[in-house]
Parts: sequence; C-alpha cells; structure tokens
Amino acid sequence: MATLELRNVNKTYGAGLPDTLKNIELSIKEGEFLILVGPSGCGKSTLMNCIAGLENITGGAIMIGDQDVSGMSPKDRDIAMVFQSYALYPTMSVRENIEFGLKIRKMNQADIDAEVARVAKLLQIEHLLNRKPGQLSGGQQQRVAMGRALARRPKIYLFDEPLSNLDAKLRVEMRTEMKLMHQRLKTTTVYVTHDQIEAMTLGDKVAVMKDGIIQQFGTPKQIYNDPANLFVASFIGSPPMNFIPLRLQRKDGRLVALLDSGQARCELPMSMNDAGLEDREVILGLRPEQIVLASGDTAGLPTLRAEVQVTEPTGPDTLVFVTLNESKVCCRLAPDIAPAVGETLTLQFDPAKVLLFDAKTGERLGVLAPSQPVENMGNVTRLNRN
Amino acid sequence: MTSLANKPALSLSRVAIYAVLIVAVFIYLVPLVVMLLTSFKSPEDIGSGNLLSWPTEVTAIGWIKAWATVKGYFWNSFLITVPAVLISTTIGALNGYVLSMWRFRGSQLFFGLLLFGCFLPFQTVLLPASFTLGKMGLASTTTGLVFVHVVYGLAFTTLFFRNYYVSIPDALVKAARLDGAGFFTIFRRIILPMSTPIIMVCLIWQFTQIWNDFLFGVVFSSGDSQPITVALNNLVNTSTGVKEYNVDMAAAMIAGLPTLLVYVVAGKYFVRGLTAGAVKG
Amino acid sequence: MSSVAVFSKASPFDALQRWLPKLVLAPSMFIVLVGFYGYILWTFVLSFTNSTFLPTYKFVGLAQYARLFDNDRWWVASKNLAVFGGMFIGISMVVGVLLAVFLDQRIRREGFIRTIYLYPMALSMIVTGTAWKWLLNPGMGLDKLLRDWGWEGFRLDWLIDPDRVVYCLVIAAVWQASGFIMAMFLAGLRGVDQSIIRAAQIDGASMPKIYWKVVLPSLRPVFFSAVMILAHIAIKSFDLVAAMTAGGPGYSSDLPAMFMYSFTFSRGQMGMGSASAILMLGAILAILVPYLYSELRAKRND
Repeated sequence: MATLELRNVNKTYGAGLPDTLKNIELSIKEGEFLILVGPSGCGKSTLMNCIAGLENITGGAIMIGDQDVSGMSPKDRDIAMVFQSYALYPTMSVRENIEFGLKIRKMNQADIDAEVARVAKLLQIEHLLNRKPGQLSGGQQQRVAMGRALARRPKIYLFDEPLSNLDAKLRVEMRTEMKLMHQRLKTTTVYVTHDQIEAMTLGDKVAVMKDGIIQQFGTPKQIYNDPANLFVASFIGSPPMNFIPLRLQRKDGRLVALLDSGQARCELPMSMNDAGLEDREVILGLRPEQIVLASGDTAGLPTLRAEVQVTEPTGPDTLVFVTLNESKVCCRLAPDIAPAVGETLTLQFDPAKVLLFDAKTGERLGVLAPSQPVENMGNVTRLNRN
Repeated sequence: MTSLANKPALSLSRVAIYAVLIVAVFIYLVPLVVMLLTSFKSPEDIGSGNLLSWPTEVTAIGWIKAWATVKGYFWNSFLITVPAVLISTTIGALNGYVLSMWRFRGSQLFFGLLLFGCFLPFQTVLLPASFTLGKMGLASTTTGLVFVHVVYGLAFTTLFFRNYYVSIPDALVKAARLDGAGFFTIFRRIILPMSTPIIMVCLIWQFTQIWNDFLFGVVFSSGDSQPITVALNNLVNTSTGVKEYNVDMAAAMIAGLPTLLVYVVAGKYFVRGLTAGAVKG
Repeated sequence: MSSVAVFSKASPFDALQRWLPKLVLAPSMFIVLVGFYGYILWTFVLSFTNSTFLPTYKFVGLAQYARLFDNDRWWVASKNLAVFGGMFIGISMVVGVLLAVFLDQRIRREGFIRTIYLYPMALSMIVTGTAWKWLLNPGMGLDKLLRDWGWEGFRLDWLIDPDRVVYCLVIAAVWQASGFIMAMFLAGLRGVDQSIIRAAQIDGASMPKIYWKVVLPSLRPVFFSAVMILAHIAIKSFDLVAAMTAGGPGYSSDLPAMFMYSFTFSRGQMGMGSASAILMLGAILAILVPYLYSELRAKRND
C-alpha cells in the first residue's frame, strides 16, 4: 500500500496538438479509493494509463509513496490493473492467468500456489481455476480479472471501468462487493468510470474530469452538494440537477430570482447581495429532491403553484415535471404522490440550497449563506466553503 | 401461407439453379478428369480415343516417365518452399505483432509502404534482384530462390498477421506489461498461442504461392536448381521428339498434387487466406 | 509553468525493451526500402540506359521508351492485354457473381460444390496452362471430343489461330480465377443483413429483383476488390502464356509480362525490357491509386 500523488502532470501527443492532460494535481492517502470520473474523451483513461506507465507523461511527476515513478516502466511501478475488457489471456486457464505475473517475477511455486489459493478463496473462484476465460460468464471473468490484480499485492490497484461490461443487476452487485473488498483490504485504488453512481458510492475522493482538466477534486459529498461549476453540477446526480436560466433582479434592496410557472410567480430571495450580480444572466441550479410539496412545517419558504406536465413513477420516487421560466423542471416527490397530468401542485423551495452559475463561463457564483435561519432543515449539512 | 402458394414456381426456379450449379461443377472438373484420364493412357490410346474416352488399358507408364524426369525438380521445389514459407511466416508474424501492438512513429508509414508490395509487379524488380543474387553468389541456387521468396512474400505475411492482431484488444498487451512481461515474452506466451488460425492461413497461402511460382523460378534458377513449375514447362514446351501427352499430364498432376492436397485437407484456411489477403490487400 | 520530469531511471533492460519493436522491424524495413523501392528505382534508371545483355549506365533519355512504342510486338502485347484483361475480368465477374448468388440459395452439398469451383485456384498457372493446352489441342482436344460426340462440323483451333489465340488464355484464366470471385462474393453475400432481404420481400419484390437492386449494390466494395485483383492478375500474367502458347503463334498471344521477360532475359534488350516493366508498374498504379483513394475516403467517412 502506498500514497499516490500527481504533481502537475501534463500529457500531449505532440506539439500543436491540444493537451490531453493539463496540470493534473491530485493526491490520495494510503488505502484511499480515488475515482476518476468524466464523459468519454475527458482524459481519465489516459491519466490512468500514465499512472500505470503504459503511456509517458510529458510534464510533471507521478509519486507512489516517496518514489518518483514517472520514468519507470510499468513492471517496476508495482501496480496492478483491471481492464474494462478484463484482458484475460484467452489461451491460459484461470489459474495460469493469475500465476502469470507471479511467475514472471520469479516467485517460487509454493508461494505462487499459496497466493492463488488465497485470491481464489477471497473471490470465490476456486471452482473456476482450471477453466479457460472463454468458458466463463461476464461476472466470473470480472472476478478473475480482479483476482489477477490482487494476486501480486501491488502498491496500487487501477481499475479501468471494470463494471461497465456487466449487465445492470450484476453491476450493482459487484459494486457493493468491490466496496466490501476495499473496506476489508484497505488497498490504495484508482478507479476510472463514467458512471456517476459508481463515483458517488465507491469513492473516498472523486476527481471530475473534462477536456483533460480536473474540474473538481473532493469527497463525493462535496462534489454533490457543492459543485465547482455547471459541468460538475450537471454530471453528478440522477436525475440531473435542474437548470433555469434567468436574470436576477433587485427588490426591496435584496437580490431575487423570479420564477414563473405560467400559473403563478414567486420571488426566490438570494442569499448573496453582490451588486455585480444584479441584472446579470445567471443559471439557477436546483436538485430535483430539493423541490418539495408545500406543507405546514416548512412555512415561510417560497411556494409556487405549477401544472403537472408528466409524471414518471420510478418506484422509490415519483418524478414530476413542471415548467418554470420555460425550462422543464424535474421534482423528485414521494412515491405515494401520484398527481394526474394537468393537476396543479404547490411546490416549495429552499432558497438556501439554490446554486447560481455564470451563464457564460459556467463557474459557480458567490457563496451561499442562509438568508434566514432554517432550523427545521437541520439534516442538511452545508459545505459551501469555496 | 403465401410461401405455400409460391411453392411450385419456387421449385421450378430451384431446379434451374441446381441445373446451372451442377453443369458448372462438371465444367470445372473436366480439365482435372482429362488430365487424369490422359495420364493413365498409352500414347496409342491417346491418338485413337478422345479426351474423355476411358483408357483401353490403364497404364502408369506416363507417371513413371514423368516422375523420372521431374523427380529432382519436385524435391527442389520442397527445398525452396519449406524454408521460404517458414521464414517468411515467422518474420511476418513478428512484423504484424509490432505493427499492431507496438506502433511507433513511422510504423504506419512503413506498413503503407509494405502494403504496396502486395501489388508490386515483380517484373520491376527482377533485374536488380538478379544482380543482387549474383553479387551474393546465390544466382541459380535454391537458396537464392528461398531468399527471393522470403523478401517478396513479406508483404502478404505481414499483412495477414497485422490484420489478425489489430483485432486483439490492446488491453491484453497492457495487462501483460503490468504483469512484468517484455516484448518477446508477450509474443511467445500470449500472442502466439492465440495465432493458430492465422498461422495456418499464412502457411497455406505462402506454400501455394511459392510452390506455384514460375517467374522467379525461371529467372533466378537454371539447370539442377529449377523448381517443378519450370521443369514442367520445359517438359511440356520442348519441341523435340514425339509429344507424350500422358507424360505431360502426369507431370502436371505431380506438380499440382501438393497444393491440391493442401487445398483438400485445409481448404477452409485456404479460402480464408485468399479472401483476407485479397480483400484487404 | 509545468516542471519537466527527468526520466532517468530507465535500466539497460528497459532501454532494450523500448528499442525492441524497432529492432525487430528494422530488417523488414531495410528489405522493403531496398528490395521494393530501391529496385524499382534501379529498374527505372535502367530504362533510361542502353543496357543490353549487361547493365551499362550510358543514358539515352527516353530512347528505350521510344523504341518500345515503335515496336510492333509491344503493341500486340498491349492490345492483347486489353482484350485478355477485359474479357478475363468481365467473364470471371459474371460467372463468379452468378455462381455465388445461386450458391447462396440454401443449396444442398454447398460445401462440396464450393470446393469444386475453387480448386483451380490452388493450381499453378503452369499446370492450368498445360491442362488447357491439351484440352484446346486442335485435332486431339475438345475439337475431336465434340466431333466424336456427333457434332460433325465442330472446329476448335484457336490455339493456332493468331487472331483467336488470346481467347484460349481467357478461357484458362477464367477457369482458374472465377471460383475465387465466387468465394469472395459468397463471403460478401453471407455478410448481408438478412432483414434487408426480408423487408424487400415484404415490399413484394421478386428474388432476382432483390438481388439485382438491393443485395448486389450493397456489395460494391467486394466488387471493386474483385476487379482490382483480377486486373492485377491480368497485368502480371506470365506463367499462363508461357505454359500455353509461349506467346505464339509468332508473337500473337504475347502479353506485356511475357514481352518483358523475353526482351530482358532472352534477347538482351535490358533497357527496353526495363522500360516495359516500368510501364507495367504504371498500369498497376493507374488502377491501384484511384482504388486506394476511394477506399481511404470511404474509411474516413465511416
């Protein structure tokens, strides 16, 4: 086990070409689980290949423990990797697959046997050891690939979208299993995914990437509650955050956002009072679960009547779509609420949770502090500390 | 229900299709049958009968005479073909491995340059090649022919392996590198065991090409070092003496048998090689 | 802004590993550069010299090309190539496509039939030439066979008829290569999405119409590849002529490949032989370049 630190890592494929990785700064502690998440082409897989040594970086340094491994070949970095396609050697049995790296490292056969036995037991693949990869199901192949990585007991484990070739049900099972395994083995892990749920559930730390740049690096909670920009806010969360473009106005000396459902209007008082924000194009971000049905105990929060356009009962929730300021807005309501299309609901918002983004740059605007004390919302921790 | 209604018309056209296909089978078979029949006839028999008449007396005299004439050249062809096939396939496999999994700056350009070799009319290299063989002291030797066949077979063998290996996921090589395996270890332990089909295709293609070659044989060899195709041509096209068609046909069969045998035994790979080499080439 | 990392820890083993791919490819690169391109250049140079039996490097400009164009035999060879190439490609394509389409109709014993159609491709052109020379033998070959079978007036003496001898080459070459075209198209047909055929059937189209309008047009790439390969075989054809006619009678069945061989190696006209080789290369490039261009463009559009 070791720490991993990326110091100002850069990667280009040639002068004149756009940077594939740009000034990547990351560090994780021993035993931490780091997620690299982002859309395809964001550079997350390249970054992982650079950590593994499969590609060279063109600037900066990669530190594993106290050692700069930037110029080392992959085999000397003491890293194991699980690939999206599993990359099991097709002509070798499962046992030979797991043994391969150990044999090349000239471990003696008794130790190899012991190690294979340990890994096979851990992953419950003992009965598969003599089969060829082609005879295994997707889930079994996935386990063998993990077994091959675990067998070497390297300093760092790299996972390149290991679950994305599995069907939905198995993916959820394996996700839990991986988390259990990590809790047990406490291995330093870097995990690449494009799936934001995997990012939120597995990671100790999450780095959201786009265009070769780390957009935000933090705990899953920070990323979710306190996104650094519009991209992070839109990428993390399902159903995604609602975005309503509007212009802030000044009323009675305070900044307000005017929401219009077509049936009614309401003024959402803003927590900040920055003069620069007045009359400016902004995007207001609101997570679906932060829109609730108006009820007695949250009196005092702004309310708005709106007509239901579509309802999507998902089981655990009912997603209700309404229109605010000509934007489609999704509200995540309790499953027992089943409003008919055309029905009018009274919705309620907590202005303190509304996020503002610059309409042009997508950057987060201001820091929200509660405009009024909301004691009864105490279960929400505020992490707005940018 | 509609298919039932269509049945009569359908079967009529199907009869026609079968008829065409079967007639074609006979047409394709005729030369082989004629060769066989003629090779087992006596010269008098050939004069009195016709192409498809059954031999009045089946005699192996044609085969015996033909074998006596071409025996040495037949072994020459083996001496040329076997090493040339093995060497060009080995180099092709390594080239394909590099060109698909260890690409470097310029390797794609090289591949493009090499590909052109599949279309190269050999007439444009015959003279310089014969000068070179002369300088190397390999003129008119089977070794020289091995050399030439290796060089000009590389384009196809590399193409076969490269196209086969590009479909193997990169991740396999990456995984092996992380496991600590180097260039040759990966090739020997992981890539080569996966290559059986393409090795078969390549071996068979090269065997057929080199065994059947005439141009290089006639240009770069003489006398005792000639391959069977050249010997056959000399035998058939000599203008001296009485034509012995039974001997000609037996010699032609002898020259054709090894490749025919390969075709019958491993036709699947032969066809795959033809289409792969051709379509992609 | 970004600090440049110093990669210094590469061991000699790693350095070797890094160079291995290049080292492995190096001999082939040398062979290709010298044996392919260097030699082409060499031949090109020779075509501007007055070399006869031995190479000399007295440059005579385009004189060899001029001589070539004045040479009646070269023109016969070129004309023969046009006739032979055109007919060989055309007939092989028609036969190959037809057999492939017929074989694609869920035929019983398809594998066996396919094997028969394709076996000539395993034979040397010399063997093919020998066989067909015998089959087309005036007086003893098919000529006699059909008369024996009762077609009294049948005559087949093309092999000794200077105006028709080239058709003999066409017959033998088609026999050898058409099965291969069949195999290419059959492979192509097997790759056609069956739902397209079903959709066309539902639209009420007859099977011949479906093949003609829907299926075959979708095999355009196979079509081009096939023509490409046949043209290539035609231009390089040497062994077939050597075995069947040796260019005769006279030089009436000469092809450029045969011309090149006899002028370069038998008649001691190395300069002119080289010029003819370069023109053959030109002919191949004239077909290859547009083909590759369209291939590459198609790939880029994917």
